[in-house]
Amino acid sequence: MDLNLLQKQQDYQWIIPQAGEMKVPGQIFASRELVEEMDHKVYEQVSNVACLPGIQRYSIAMPDAHWGYGFPIGGVAAFDPQEGGVVSVGGVGFDVNCGVRTLKTGLVWEDVKPHLRSLIDTLFAIVPAGMGSRGEISLSGSQVEDVLCKGSRWIVSRGYGIKEDLELTEDGGMVPGADPSAVSDLALKRERRQVGTLGSGNHYLEIQRVAEVYDDQVAGAFGLALDDVVVTIHCGSRALGHQVGTDYLKLLAEASRIYGIPIRERELVCAPIDSSEGRRYFGAVICAINYAFANRQVITHLVRQGFDQVLPRADLHLLYDVGHNTCKVEHHHIDGRTRELYVHRKGATRAFGPSRENLPDVYRGVGQPVIVGGTMGTCSYILVGTDYGEQVAYASVCHGAGRRMSRKKAKKTWRGERLARELENKGIYIRGHSLAGLAEEAPGAYKDVSAVIEAIHQARLAAKVVRLEPKGCIKG
Amino acid sequence: MISGRYNYFEHQADMGIEGRGSTLKEAFSQAARALFNLMLEIDRVRPLEEISIHCRAHDQSELLVEWLNGLLAQADLEEMALGRFQVDRLESDELEGRAWGEPFDARRHHPKTEVKAATYAMLFVGQEDGEQVARCVVDL
Repeated sequence: MDLNLLQKQQDYQWIIPQAGEMKVPGQIFASRELVEEMDHKVYEQVSNVACLPGIQRYSIAMPDAHWGYGFPIGGVAAFDPQEGGVVSVGGVGFDVNCGVRTLKTGLVWEDVKPHLRSLIDTLFAIVPAGMGSRGEISLSGSQVEDVLCKGSRWIVSRGYGIKEDLELTEDGGMVPGADPSAVSDLALKRERRQVGTLGSGNHYLEIQRVAEVYDDQVAGAFGLALDDVVVTIHCGSRALGHQVGTDYLKLLAEASRIYGIPIRERELVCAPIDSSEGRRYFGAVICAINYAFANRQVITHLVRQGFDQVLPRADLHLLYDVGHNTCKVEHHHIDGRTRELYVHRKGATRAFGPSRENLPDVYRGVGQPVIVGGTMGTCSYILVGTDYGEQVAYASVCHGAGRRMSRKKAKKTWRGERLARELENKGIYIRGHSLAGLAEEAPGAYKDVSAVIEAIHQARLAAKVVRLEPKGCIKG
Repeated sequence: MISGRYNYFEHQADMGIEGRGSTLKEAFSQAARALFNLMLEIDRVRPLEEISIHCRAHDQSELLVEWLNGLLAQADLEEMALGRFQVDRLESDELEGRAWGEPFDARRHHPKTEVKAATYAMLFVGQEDGEQVARCVVDL
């Protein structure tokens, strides 16, 4: 991106000046180098989002922002329904509530190392992954509705987890306001036996080691110490989420025409929050959000079973579970008032600060744990939300490293088998369902996650707590 | 035998697909081949069973997205691998087409990358360089 197009607000904060049809300026949080590395489409998409009705303050982009669908990946925008604000498919995407969940094991690396291969092989067998995979759990019609309305809460009530899992999931694993009638029959049918499956693409299950601690106090509050072993699950709402996105892409294209909302890019199709189409879309999104929580909860149960088989000493407890493709209703303080806003985070993660009321007891006064995953073979990070992030970015941070190379190029550059062996030479044991898929997810195809995290930290959107290094990985 | 051809084009996060032919129906059919060839080896799919797609949309470019997403959904629902595609009728706002395949078998069909959906990004349906073209980006 050409820096001459931007104004520097302060270090790590850049403004795209409000111009033309933009209702607000754009705001990019990134280091100078990361901004320069961003493609020009990010500039266009941030500006296009700024043209949407009812947008508040800034159209925001995170340090890992790249070309997306309507919204840039790494895009954040908040809308006020009382000012004609909209809900947009581009701001949520086709994998609703794709997110990450990290579990503490109570073990250190020395305990796990001799059993790593056995653990990964067992989990590879137990956790359904890869294209076309189905799980063990077959839900009846009314049970699907239960999952859509009650998410993890219903799953735990059926014995697939403990109550504590719910406290340590965003929104308690269940967002109220789901509208199953807004989810098409096709989406419900496609759900069949997918709850408890990992999917494929960039989804993974990793066994990781705490390699570096940046903040002893917060790490202690999170129950993390150097050498601890954790498990991280990255997946979303599967075919149900994809179908909700697809269904409403068409429905909101029609709504945009009806309501005369000028759409600068087709993927930005939207409807006023305060309209029947907008309410239905939002109700369907909540269903998919809850479905993804349920999915990660079932996988948690399967991971516990896997550990029971190989390392029964392990005691798996949730650190936290966060989504990074969502739209949520939240209270934010703007211009001295508390407003209820619809916050879209597309490839961006919510990061509540220490002063937030709705944090689990154990994190109140500390801040919310934020999990940011690198691609396989690279490190991941746990951060903590800050009050500054609340003020400037609707409590939002990035979701990962962001791609810097197309999948086509990645497949030409790397071969899946070689990659797996190279990673194994580095001590990382990988099991994958697709070799082409492995190449597409090669570390070199992504931006440097550490640089992205450093920018988040320096911009004070969140603070680094620990760095995790991958030891074993299952890829769909 | 269907004529025409398909291509892929670069898109940073995902993949662009494109079908080309002497008619739009051919271009749509080729776009479907491009889509499914991302997910598995379409040449390894035997055309044993037939499914049909019928969709309506505001215009032909939205029809392309409906056609492709309809195929994805049906293949998923029926747990089928699809390898042959044909658009039988294409109006300004309505499409009827068919696809052929067999039950999905990982060992036979060599799964590659899952496609979440066809999107409106880079969407184009129409004439280009003397050919009929149907193109969009798909979310992987």
